[in-house]
Amino acid sequence: MTAVIFFIFAALALIGALGVVLARNPVHSALLLVVTLVSVAVFFIQQQAHLLAAVQVIVYAGAIVVLFLFVIMLLGVDREESLDDPLPHQRIAAIALGIIVLAELIFLAGHNWATGAPAPDQFALKGGGTGLGNNVERVARVLFTDFLWPFEITAGLLVIAVVGSVVLARRSGQPVEMVEEEVDEVDDVDTLEGEVAAP
Amino acid sequence: MTITDTYYLVLAAMIFTIGAVGVLVRRNVLVMFMCIELMLNAVNLTFVAFARQLNDVRGQAFVFFTLVVAAAEVAVGLAIIVAIFRRRRGTTADDVRMLKG
Repeated sequence: MTAVIFFIFAALALIGALGVVLARNPVHSALLLVVTLVSVAVFFIQQQAHLLAAVQVIVYAGAIVVLFLFVIMLLGVDREESLDDPLPHQRIAAIALGIIVLAELIFLAGHNWATGAPAPDQFALKGGGTGLGNNVERVARVLFTDFLWPFEITAGLLVIAVVGSVVLARRSGQPVEMVEEEVDEVDDVDTLEGEVAAP
Repeated sequence: MTITDTYYLVLAAMIFTIGAVGVLVRRNVLVMFMCIELMLNAVNLTFVAFARQLNDVRGQAFVFFTLVVAAAEVAVGLAIIVAIFRRRRGTTADDVRMLKG
């Protein structure tokens, strides 16, 4: 049963990933990305990462892909684009490099090279004494004790990202109040040009 | 048949490669971003696979940080795309060949 689920969702994940690359329309790419993300969430569940599966669906499929779609619609780039190769031989070179990378990664994956001291009981994913609770409790305990400092830093990172997005998305050098006037002026120019061009 | 960690690692390698080739092949910046998300997801899958193999929950904690970085990266990246689009009316990577104001 586990194997059946794995192979079904592995096929779905690969189809979705290929679709992201091959789809001509960015909206289709974004929707196929959701297929891959949900498949990966299923793999997380299969590997006892229940909290991460929920976070994957909520953050990735719920927030990031929606952000992608929002920007696609905002910019109005939801149209077909040509997949022609602008640089000669660039596509062939990219696929050849991809095959090499894939061969290397599969070579590494086929060798059981993850070594190291076995984790202490407090970090056990499964078992490891009583009182450790389920997956959510275990991840939370590690996150809020051993990884507390990195966790706080990610909060700072998110704040910086939000502030940076606001600064970047604002028109550069213009105070916020000026934006509306500027838009009006641009509209006026457009109308004028339209009127001039019409006759 | 049992699904060992190698299956997950090979699958993650495939997804990662598709994402990497996508970044190299596609010209639309938005699609390139989605391919980066594919690569990050492949790495997350690898983290979780190793977390189970080594029976260590810290691997799953790391995936958390990857998720946060991915979210921050998407927010900043899309803001940059919007800023570029305002100037250039296009979202292909060739539009930013000349990084001049």
